[in-house]
Amino acid sequence: MNETIKADKVMDLKGLPCPMPVVKVSKGIKEVAVGQVIEAISTDPGALTDFPAWAKTSGNQILKTEQSGKEIHFFIKRLS
Amino acid sequence: MEALEKQLAEMKTQLDGINKKIPSNKISMIVFSGDLDRALASFVIATGSVAMGLDVVMFFTFWGTPILRDKNKSVGGKDLMSSMFGVMLPKGVDQVKLSKMNMGGMGTSMMKSLMKKKNVASLDQMIQMAGELGVKIYVCEMSMDLMGFKREEMIQYPDLTYCGVAKFLEEAMDSRIQLFI
Repeated sequence: MNETIKADKVMDLKGLPCPMPVVKVSKGIKEVAVGQVIEAISTDPGALTDFPAWAKTSGNQILKTEQSGKEIHFFIKRLS
Repeated sequence: MEALEKQLAEMKTQLDGINKKIPSNKISMIVFSGDLDRALASFVIATGSVAMGLDVVMFFTFWGTPILRDKNKSVGGKDLMSSMFGVMLPKGVDQVKLSKMNMGGMGTSMMKSLMKKKNVASLDQMIQMAGELGVKIYVCEMSMDLMGFKREEMIQYPDLTYCGVAKFLEEAMDSRIQLFI
């Protein structure tokens, strides 16, 4: 599975520690339409567990998580 | 037919009763401590809770109350005891100290500069963010009175109400999560 996902919006959350990544992404996802995808880039290792927890609770879907070096790229689809 | 309608009405009443017992997606926190670390934790949880889709209520009481004083505001007309409390208790976020390793203020300063370096939001920024996110703050009227604080010396915050324990309990009963910090 190496398909590329096209993001409708990119959020640069690099260097931001807890709780900022989820606070920002929860705001940012409301700025795209339902069905659209945002790419959130975080350098917070805690985000690896936090983002899935947030997505599950808020009813959104993480399509893909990519790690390159310190950067973690989350592709999140707005479902509700 | 009539019996069926009666049964339906009964069920509706029962359902309403059950619905009333289901708490909202809400978190209620008592911020009792006036320590910097605990106050920070409270606001990290508060802002994170908004991200998780929860309504957030923070009830500031006792040592937590002076965190919400505005360092730039002064009020006169206090009696001796109130003035003494006013001087001895922190006046706003900048004077709030760590619960451990304060070391005469050195530890707190070190922690603050470390937080800045690591991009961790300061307590001041946290409070502002909470306000923008719609976190509701209640301040214990009894603590205000006991410590001699006046409303005019508290920070400007979008959703701040003075209340007693009953208001907190009403919110707590309607919350999924209740924390005492």
